[in-house]
Amino acid sequence: MRIAVLTDLHANREATEAALAAVERLAPDRIALLGDLVGYGPDPVYAIETAERMVSDGALCLLGNHDEAAITGPSGMTPHAHDAILWTREQLSAAHLAFLATLPLSAELPGMLLVHASARTPGKWPYVSQEKAAAECLAATDAPLVLCGHTHVPMIYYALPGREPVRFSPLPHVAAPLSAIRRHVVVVGAVGQPRDGNPAACFALLDTERAEISMIRVPYDTQETARKIGVHGLPDWLGLRLHIGR
Amino acid sequence: METPRIGSVIDGFTLTERLRSGAMATLWRATHPDHDRPLVLKIPILDPGTDVSVIVGYETEAMIHKRLSGRHVPRFVSAGDLARIPYIAMEFVAGTPLAETMRAAPLPVEEVVRIGITIAVALADLHRQNVAHLDLKPDNVMMTPAGAVLLDFGLSRHAELPDLLGEESSAPMGTAAYIAPEQVLGDRSDAASDIFALGCILYQMTTGEEPFGRPATVPGMKRRLYHAPRPPRAIRSETPAWLEEIILHCLEVDRGRRYADAAKVAFDLRHPEQVVVARHRRPTATPGLAKRLLARFQKREEAAILGPSARARREAGPSIILAAVDVSGEHDRLAQAILAETKRLLDAREDSWLACLTVLRTEIIRETQSVDEHGRSVYINRLVALKDWARPLHLREDRVSYHVIEAVSAADAILTYADHNDIDHIVLGARSSSAVRRHLGSVSTKVVAEAHCSVSVIRLKGSAAS
Repeated sequence: MRIAVLTDLHANREATEAALAAVERLAPDRIALLGDLVGYGPDPVYAIETAERMVSDGALCLLGNHDEAAITGPSGMTPHAHDAILWTREQLSAAHLAFLATLPLSAELPGMLLVHASARTPGKWPYVSQEKAAAECLAATDAPLVLCGHTHVPMIYYALPGREPVRFSPLPHVAAPLSAIRRHVVVVGAVGQPRDGNPAACFALLDTERAEISMIRVPYDTQETARKIGVHGLPDWLGLRLHIGR
Repeated sequence: METPRIGSVIDGFTLTERLRSGAMATLWRATHPDHDRPLVLKIPILDPGTDVSVIVGYETEAMIHKRLSGRHVPRFVSAGDLARIPYIAMEFVAGTPLAETMRAAPLPVEEVVRIGITIAVALADLHRQNVAHLDLKPDNVMMTPAGAVLLDFGLSRHAELPDLLGEESSAPMGTAAYIAPEQVLGDRSDAASDIFALGCILYQMTTGEEPFGRPATVPGMKRRLYHAPRPPRAIRSETPAWLEEIILHCLEVDRGRRYADAAKVAFDLRHPEQVVVARHRRPTATPGLAKRLLARFQKREEAAILGPSARARREAGPSIILAAVDVSGEHDRLAQAILAETKRLLDAREDSWLACLTVLRTEIIRETQSVDEHGRSVYINRLVALKDWARPLHLREDRVSYHVIEAVSAADAILTYADHNDIDHIVLGARSSSAVRRHLGSVSTKVVAEAHCSVSVIRLKGSAAS
């Protein structure tokens, strides 16, 4: 089975459209959205309505911390994220919020667990950004593979039983192998706000038969997204960072 | 899994004969109904309590071997699921193990050169596929009529894949007699490590001795960072100076001075007359005790001795450039433009190397003129003109060579030279398409169509319109 995994759309319409066009060309068997449809970006309505349509077509969609904040109001967020969520809440209808409220924290497919942040305390949104956090994530589940997002930096953690996981930054478009004797945490890069120095939208294509996963990168018009961020009075940095992928 | 034996059937493969096997794996001749060619199954020995490095080594080998192709590796057939029944199935390679040939070392110089070229060509092909072997030794080289075949990728590293083995341990991984100094310090990222191992093999074939012995400890292996081996000519005085030069160039501890490309090693072995014997080699004398003690406690200094990874150089630009230029005319603007482009390519990489080539057309019908109207050799005239053309590049003699080639077809001469010498980039000119030049213009067309490397075609702006 081939699964396209998209995460952290962050209300970025241009990035999402570019990524979905690439997904369509790849024709996967399934699509999974790992959460954070909204927050930071200027098109939350587009992001939610697109996700809703994809879910009705059979896609999986999970809840992210920004989606939760859109429902309940921001708490404990960075100032920019906080401001953006307040603005986002003004744009969304009750129906949009109701859709977000239906989203689960995690989901399972054969041989894998999908979650926005980590299998460990998913609702507390810990970051899997180093080996220790990856080990804790794996300790919280029996699944041989955990797919997550949240950090906006693509990374694969390879774990042998009883040993600290080994981390690897997958190269764009180079299929990274998954091993039959290991468990893995794959952190998928962000569609709508990449932070690994590459501004191109990122998503993953998992091939379970070949036991491989590739990070696909799709360049998009960051100028347009940044312009809209400016027009809506969102913090300038949220637009600037899209140009440099930080 | 059961202990494999003759007659065992594993995923459809029937084991027919047990081959020479190591401590980590057993090797079997095997047959499979879907494959008519003879096969080999490599089955790792995974007893309970097996060290994890054996498992990770097998995992690494399967991951890398599966991605390799070409005639310098055994064709990969399939790998068993490591969680269920681990094995690697590959094509059986018929040939002579290099280890067997090397028992007769020292070998005649021609034999050393022939084998050296063959291994260097195989290494260049492996490195082109983004893989460093990292355990090159006579046991892992099979000499076949079609060239050298490299075996055993259990310690190898693919530049685009996770280095699961290296992440398991920072202990030196390799074979004591051939391991490169940077590997001794735990660096598994540089294909130039294979060139060091090739240097050890060349040394051993030439002298009959291993340059660094077979130290059993890490400090013993580290000695090669500080102690140069005895020069081959000190052991076997009949060794040509150029061969010693090539060997010591492979064995440079500082990767800034070592060959960065296996193709260049092959090139130098093919063209001994081009090898410039260095006047300043690193001293072979043992450094003073104080210096050695200091070095022992300064990790940073060890890393400094190794110099920068050769990878940056390999990625900076082409290693071997061929400039094909017509120097029959005087003050030719096209020749100047070719020179300018050649300079830009050379400037990308300080250890790049230039072959200047000009073709002296031989006539099929008439007898070729070997002297001009003043009785001077046409060949010498061209060589003088070619050197004069390259003079503004101010290249050291070890970065350039000159070739006047007599041929009926200039394009064929250029293509043959490029193929034979594993050229990375060809620069040549295209004339305007006037009636006189139409024939010359077709040279670039043919070279672009048939070359196996990049080609820059230089044309003077506006000159295409006739």
